Amino acid sequence: MSTSTRRRRLFSAVAVAAIGSLALAACSGGSGGPQSGGSSKLTNDKIVLGLLNDQSGVYKDLSGPNSAVAIQMAIDDYKAKYGDSAVAKTIEIVQADHQNKADVANSKAQEMYDRQNADLILDVPNSAAALAVANQAKAKKKLYINVGAGTTALTGAQCNKYTFHWAYDTAVLAKGTAGTIVGEGGKSWNIVYPDYAFGQDMNKSFTTEVKGAGGSVGQSIATPFPSDNFATFITKAGDGNPQVVGTMHAGGDLINFVKQFNQSTLKGKSELAVGLMFITDIHSLGVDQFAGTQFTDPWYWNFDEQNKKWADRFKEKTNTRPSFAHAANYSAALNYLEAVQAAASDDADTIVKSLEGKKINDFFLRNGEVRAADHNVTHDVYLAKVKTKEQVKEDWDYEGITKTVPAAEAYPQPDGSCKLS
Amino acid sequence: MGSFVQYTVQGLAAGGFYALAALGLAVIFGVLGVVNFSHGACYMLGAVGAAVLLDTTNLGFWPALLIVPLVMFVFGVLMERLLVQWLLRLDPLYNFLLTFGLTLLLVDLVKRRYGVSGLPYQLPAGLDGNVTLGSLSLSAYQIFACLFSLAVCVVVWAVLTKTRVGMIVRAATENSERTRALGINVTRWVTPVFGFGIALAGLAGVLAAPFRAITADMGSNFVIILFAVVVIGGLGSILGAVVGGFLVGLVEAYGQAYAPSFAQVVIFVLMAVVVLVRPSGLFGREGVA
Repeated sequence: MSTSTRRRRLFSAVAVAAIGSLALAACSGGSGGPQSGGSSKLTNDKIVLGLLNDQSGVYKDLSGPNSAVAIQMAIDDYKAKYGDSAVAKTIEIVQADHQNKADVANSKAQEMYDRQNADLILDVPNSAAALAVANQAKAKKKLYINVGAGTTALTGAQCNKYTFHWAYDTAVLAKGTAGTIVGEGGKSWNIVYPDYAFGQDMNKSFTTEVKGAGGSVGQSIATPFPSDNFATFITKAGDGNPQVVGTMHAGGDLINFVKQFNQSTLKGKSELAVGLMFITDIHSLGVDQFAGTQFTDPWYWNFDEQNKKWADRFKEKTNTRPSFAHAANYSAALNYLEAVQAAASDDADTIVKSLEGKKINDFFLRNGEVRAADHNVTHDVYLAKVKTKEQVKEDWDYEGITKTVPAAEAYPQPDGSCKLS
Repeated sequence: MGSFVQYTVQGLAAGGFYALAALGLAVIFGVLGVVNFSHGACYMLGAVGAAVLLDTTNLGFWPALLIVPLVMFVFGVLMERLLVQWLLRLDPLYNFLLTFGLTLLLVDLVKRRYGVSGLPYQLPAGLDGNVTLGSLSLSAYQIFACLFSLAVCVVVWAVLTKTRVGMIVRAATENSERTRALGINVTRWVTPVFGFGIALAGLAGVLAAPFRAITADMGSNFVIILFAVVVIGGLGSILGAVVGGFLVGLVEAYGQAYAPSFAQVVIFVLMAVVVLVRPSGLFGREGVA
C-alpha cells in the first residue's frame, strides 16, 4: 500500500470514528438529557451528589475519601426512611480530588455540574478552592454546600444564592476559643499565622475576637507556608511575655509548630491556643503533645450517645473515628435529600427556597438554622480540651468537652456584606 | 542585642542539622555525579522508619539512630544496583528524572500505608529540657541535634580525605578509567558510597523525628532547602555542605526574626547571589556546576 493510500484510509477511519461518536452522543443526549415528561421531576431521573475534596494531600485524613462513606450512609438512611415513596430512587456519588488547588477545583466543579450532572457539590476544604467552587455554583445555578473550608467570605462579600456554609468558619473558631480563653484571664496574646488566605482570615477573626472580649494582641507574626523550622518564630512569639500564644496553622505546619513550641522555653510560660484543630491532628501527634490545649470543635464523636451511635456505624465501615467534617458531610447530604423529598424536585431554586430559614436538629446540627440572610448554617459548637494520656479511655477518645457554645453566641450576626443573588 | 544573639544561636543550631541533612546529597553528587532528587523522600523514610520502629517493636530513638540508617543503606544499595547504575553513563538529567519519579512513588506509598496526617514521636528521655545561659536559651534536643550532626560531618570528611578508602573512592570517581587501570575495582566502591549517602538521609530523618512533623510530605519542601544548601556550599563539597548549612540556618533565623514573611525567600536570595558571584558555589570545583 502506498503512503498516500494509507493516509487516506487512516483519515477515513478517523472521520468515521468522529461521526460515529457524534451520533452516539446525540443518542445518549436523547435518553439522558433533561426530562420533558413523565411523573418524576428529577433531572435525568436521578440525584447526583458531587464530593470535591483533597483525596491525596494534607486534608485527606480529615475528610477525603471517607467523606464519600459518610455521604453513602446518608443515602442509605434516606432510602431506608422513605423506601418506595422516596422521590430520589437513584442517587449517585461522583468524587474528584482538587489537590488543594483553586484552578483544579474550578475545572472539576465545572465538570461535575456540566458533564456529570451533579445536583450538589459537597465539602471542598481549602478556602481558595471553596471560593472557586462557589463561583461555579453561582454561574451554573446549582447547589454547593461547603463543609471543609473555613473562610467567612463564603457567607460574606463573596456569598451567593446557591452556596451554603455548613459546619464552621473562622469567626466561629475565634469566638469560641479566643472568647473563652480571654474570659478565663488569658488577656495578652501573640498570634502566629501562616501567610495565605486561611491564615490571614484566622488572624483577623482571632484579633477581632480577642480585642472584643477585652484582651490585647501584642503582635501578629506571619510565617511562610509551608514551614518546617519555627524556632525563631517561637522565640519572637514570646516577646513581651504574652499569656497566650495562638497558632493558626493547620496540618503538618501545626504539628511542626506544636512540637517545637513544646521544646521551647515558652512552654509553661505562655498558654498555647490552637485556632483550628481536627481530631486527626491530635491522633497524629499524640495526646501528650497537645494535653490541656483548648480549641473549638463543631462536633465531637464521643460527646453523647447520639453522636457515638453514628460514629460506631462509621467505624464499622472505615475502621476509624469520624472527624467533624465527616459528620457534617453526612448531615448536609441527608438534609439536601430531605429537601428534595419535600419538594419532590431537584430544581436548585426550589431547594434553596426550602432550605432558607429552615430549623434543623440532627446529630450534627444542634439547634441548627439555615440563616436566610447569608446561608450560614448556625448551630451549637463546643469548647474542647485535649485530654491527658491517663484520661484517654479508648482509641480516639482525645477530647473533653468543657462547654457548649449556643448557636446564637457562636455565630456573629451577618455584617451586611453578603448580598444573595 | 540579647535577642540577636539568641537568633544567632538558633540559626547555628538549625544550620548544623541542615549540614547533616545535605551531606548525603553532597557525597552522592561529589562521588557519583548524581543529583539525587529522592534525598528528601529518603529523609522522610528515615523519620517514618523511626516512628514505625517505635510503634511496632517499641524500639526508641537511640536504637533507631543505628538501625534505620543501616536499613536505608541496604535500600540505597538496591536503588543503585537496580536503577541508578544503568543511567550513570548518560546525561545526569536522566538520573535526576529517575530519582524524581522515585520520590513521587515513595511519597505516595507512604501516604497509602500511613495516611497523610503524620505519625507521633516523642523526644528521647534526657533531652527534653532546655539549656539556659543568661538570656540565651535553647532546647537540649536542638543542641544535641546540632552537635551530633557536626560530629557525623567531621567523621565523613575525615574518612573521605584522610583514609585510603576515601582516596580510592575519590580517585574512582574523578578518573574511573585510570583508577581501573591501577587494578582497583571501581564498581565495588561506587555502590556502597551511594548506599552511604542514602543512609545519611535516613539518619537525618531519624534526627528530625522528635522535632518535625513526620508525614509523607515532610521531605518534599525540605529537599528544596537542602538543594539551596549544597548549591551555596558548592555541589559535591562536604565542607561546602557544612558551611552552606550554617549560612542557610543563620539567614533563615534572621529572616524569621526581622522579616517573617520572607523567611524562606531570603534563603533563595542568598543562593542567587552566591551563584551570581561564584557559579560553582563557595567551595565547589570549577566546571562542576
